[in-house]
Amino acid sequence: MPDQFLYAVEVIINGLMAGVLYALVALGFVLIFKASGIFNYAQGVMALFAAMTLVGIQKGQIPFAKLINTVMGTELEHFPWTVPVIPAIILAFGVMILFAIIVEKYILKHLVNQPEIILFMATIGLAYFMEGFGDIMWGPEIKKLDVGLPQGGSFWIEDMTIGLGGENFYGFFIDKLDMVATVVAILLVAALTIFSQYSKQGRALRAVADDHQAALSVGISLRFIWVLVWSIAGFVALVAGIMWGAKSGVQFSLSLIALKALPVLMLGGFTSIPGAIVGGLIIGVGEKLFEFSIGPLVGGATENWFAYVLALIFLVFRPQGLFGEKIIERV
Amino acid sequence: MKFRLTKLAVLAFLTAAPAMASELVFPSLSYRTGPYAAGGIPYADGYADYFTLLNERDGGIGGVKTKIIECETGYNTEKGVECYEATKGEGALVYNPLSTGITYQLIPKVTADGIPLYTPGYGRTSAANGKVFSNVFNFPANYWNAASLAVNHLLDINGDDLQGKKVALLYHNSAYGKEPIRTLEELAKKHGFDLTLLPVDHPGQEQKSQWLQIRRERPDYVLMWGWGVMNQVAIQEAANIRFPMENFIGVWWSGGEPDVLPAGDAANGYKAVTFQGVGSEYPVFEDVQEYVVDKGLAAGAGDNIGTALYNRGFYAAMLMAESARNAQDIAGNVEITPANMRDGMEALTITEVRMTELGMPNFGPAFSVTCENHGGPGTGAIQQWDASAQTWSLISDFGPSDMEIIQPLIDADSNAYAAENNIELRCN
Amino acid sequence: MFYREAGDFKTSYEDDSQTFPIKFDRLRYYAVLAVAFGIIPFIINDYWANAVFVPLMIYTIAAIGLNILTGYCGQVSLGTGGFMAVGAYASYKLMTSFPDVSILIHILLAGAVTAVVGVLFGLPSLRIKGFYLAVATLAAQFFLVWLFNKVPWFYNYSASGQITAPERTVLSIPVTGANTDAWAKYMVVLLFVTGCAWLARNLTRGSLGRSWMAIRDMDIAAEIIGVNPLKAKLSAFAISSFFIGVSGALFFSVYLGAAEVGEAFGIQKSFLILFMVIIGGLGSIFGSFAGAAFMVLMPVLMKNIFVGALGWPTDLAAHLEFMVIGGLIIVFLILEPHGLAQLWRIAKEKLRLWPFPH
Repeated sequence: MPDQFLYAVEVIINGLMAGVLYALVALGFVLIFKASGIFNYAQGVMALFAAMTLVGIQKGQIPFAKLINTVMGTELEHFPWTVPVIPAIILAFGVMILFAIIVEKYILKHLVNQPEIILFMATIGLAYFMEGFGDIMWGPEIKKLDVGLPQGGSFWIEDMTIGLGGENFYGFFIDKLDMVATVVAILLVAALTIFSQYSKQGRALRAVADDHQAALSVGISLRFIWVLVWSIAGFVALVAGIMWGAKSGVQFSLSLIALKALPVLMLGGFTSIPGAIVGGLIIGVGEKLFEFSIGPLVGGATENWFAYVLALIFLVFRPQGLFGEKIIERV
Repeated sequence: MKFRLTKLAVLAFLTAAPAMASELVFPSLSYRTGPYAAGGIPYADGYADYFTLLNERDGGIGGVKTKIIECETGYNTEKGVECYEATKGEGALVYNPLSTGITYQLIPKVTADGIPLYTPGYGRTSAANGKVFSNVFNFPANYWNAASLAVNHLLDINGDDLQGKKVALLYHNSAYGKEPIRTLEELAKKHGFDLTLLPVDHPGQEQKSQWLQIRRERPDYVLMWGWGVMNQVAIQEAANIRFPMENFIGVWWSGGEPDVLPAGDAANGYKAVTFQGVGSEYPVFEDVQEYVVDKGLAAGAGDNIGTALYNRGFYAAMLMAESARNAQDIAGNVEITPANMRDGMEALTITEVRMTELGMPNFGPAFSVTCENHGGPGTGAIQQWDASAQTWSLISDFGPSDMEIIQPLIDADSNAYAAENNIELRCN
Repeated sequence: MFYREAGDFKTSYEDDSQTFPIKFDRLRYYAVLAVAFGIIPFIINDYWANAVFVPLMIYTIAAIGLNILTGYCGQVSLGTGGFMAVGAYASYKLMTSFPDVSILIHILLAGAVTAVVGVLFGLPSLRIKGFYLAVATLAAQFFLVWLFNKVPWFYNYSASGQITAPERTVLSIPVTGANTDAWAKYMVVLLFVTGCAWLARNLTRGSLGRSWMAIRDMDIAAEIIGVNPLKAKLSAFAISSFFIGVSGALFFSVYLGAAEVGEAFGIQKSFLILFMVIIGGLGSIFGSFAGAAFMVLMPVLMKNIFVGALGWPTDLAAHLEFMVIGGLIIVFLILEPHGLAQLWRIAKEKLRLWPFPH
């Protein structure tokens, strides 16, 4: 096979993997939008906050150490213990549940029935707040995230495929971390599907997503559902934070991954979980392939805008996204 | 409207009364928050700690205490303006904003206000031409020196022959990242290597395309002009594709501890250009321990001493303190104005003897600044990362860069600026 | 007591439909103008101009522009930063290509160029709605930033891609470049902000404004009663982009003096201006002023309190600043979802009845 073709295949495979990582972030958006009609701008910051919390718990950092030291004049830094990975993840999830409860109690409850843009704005306020809060709680420096995920290209795949091309072909490069992310994403989607299809709370969740008022009238507690869905979104954020944090260390820029998820949302539709996955894959492959084929001609760094333009083109033909609910307008 | 005015009244109350006390004021436009905090924190700590050391050990400079006014910019140009305007009334002697964007927009302002601007190893490279830029200094080295120093290192390890080698430049797609391109293109012509350009958009979390391209094309060397999260991801991705780390060379802003630590052992052997010494094996750091850290006066968390960026801030502060001392001598008065400070910087001479006196032998080059040359000697060395010991070490001496290539570029760019802004050439 | 219609007789239709129907309101408006034009220029210094008034007024122009699109016409846009970049680069190219033409004309022309670009990126709005449109305008944001970064013609082939504003004068007083006096800067921007606010206020009161609001409230219904959605939406995009372009041109040439597209006009700017519009109040010109004031002045105020008055470390202060601003946004939304403008309206209602509320 010609090398150029193999390169393209390699780019497509890596695009799919990147797409899965985008989809992980997008999933959190979709869950919250579906259940409460809120476009949650804070999702990226939630991923950052969750990852920071995880690292902080693992290392036994004392929260708010710097603030306490400044105000009280003490010299606190670390608890005398460290926490293993699994309990730390569970504890971090616990913190995200607590966070969901607080968000519901102090923000969402007061903003019922407001227009979408106001709710959107509230999540922006939330994002600001958490950005400062996370940094005060755990400190702003870059933290190394170590949960035992494998890193680096898979030699096995390289060795298996190196024979396919000529001497300038070195076998397919596939990042082990990306493979793990793919498996995790599949498990996560499967778990979410099973949960929403077969559990009582899941059915309630779908009922709320269909129609708030009808759900209320049959006795479903809207407030409980909101806490539930924000908790799940918190868990998704934790997973996304772990996957992205393993690549770059946990730091402020982690909150910017939300921007990578927006075109995925547009393409897949704000209300569809499979849409987030398929949208992620299309965006991942599309931007990587464009950078591979057209990028060198126009000077590269096209990925950021191309994802949006690709989504825009899709939208012109399907204004509700690929899998979004059909927008029905009545006067 | 009323609402606004009441607010303003409150503001006025809070920002009132700039004090003209007998202190030497060194504003530090730092960033300890935002996407580039990891680089901003150690630099600001180093800059502050040196002045604290002078105050505690020597009672200031020439008997006058120094004062650091820290102002948080978050690497944001508008906050940079606010910080500049807020601090310049306090008798600020020299600005060091550690941001290319803020530098560009301060250059005309400081020139009009008569305050010097010091941008070691960053900012506008062509400001090295003192004939055009009267108030801007970027000694001891600039980006174009760095590009040449990296190529010199490649020449060294290839027996002075780069004919037919492939070099890729991975750069932050911004003004900062684009700086070295022209120099490298000239150097590529001179030495006959192929140059590939690989831009990475801000923030640079996703670099798979670029690294797959590197893996396909197998350049012999990769140079990096990165900042922030881009550095960590690039080093991790290089490790992922098993790119030989010793062939991967970063500019000095891609050569801090936070850049290599997240990649762990895989970062072993990564190289970076530097213009100042590394590590804490200098006598001056014993003084820092005694007079600053032990007294609990260290800036920030006090845990960055001896790291690459801390040392750079420390070195910059040392050069500024020496300039201030120089200015005091020239003015014959210990209380100097920004204009005196500018003269002191322009007449600065750093010798080996002086560096040793300061407890920083071989920490940086010996050089003198002249009216024409605000850029210093343009020397630098290569540092390499040892992942097991978690330290940088110098693997070359401080060597010169190729001024034959760089000087014409500096002249061309600065003269274009002079023509565009009707600036008369000085130093004639 | 002072603030009431009683005794304020209207004897013609013009009187009845004037912008400020209440006498006290009208006087207050003239008083503010008199202070802004007659007093502040004489007492302003560099800090107040560069750190407070100039950015505040430039952001106000941008917020008015976005408010026309989002608040009056209901089209959420996140491309503001990109459109400001168009204004900035257009003014830079014009300034350097035609140095003899007045800078004021260049700034208006930059607005016009932006209007054309805005219409182009507004075309998808005919099919895409709501948040989908918001995210679609991000395509404009990222594409424009990339374009200005990539094509050297836009920055006159300078080594790093930074653009720097050369000195230009109005009536032989420098208004751009480093030698500009604080008052000159202030006056130029004040002229534009007054003109823009006046224009926007009258546009939104006229038939065009009514057609926008009809589209905003329900576009299908508006179409049925005869509002042309193509014309209404695209005119909103054009006029909104014009304002944003003017603000971008001022931002670059008068305020910063040098800019780099990714840093100065990035996605953060788009969000910032949207915050201003929502915090201030959708569909209100006064809201644009109030929102811009909130987002520009709050951080400065916070910083001065935490660092200046309490002497805390700058990083801790910066983090707290984020928390307080975020918290305030949420509190404002919970107390008054329609923004600062609504608080102002309520205050006026109260004042009208005061001191006899029943």
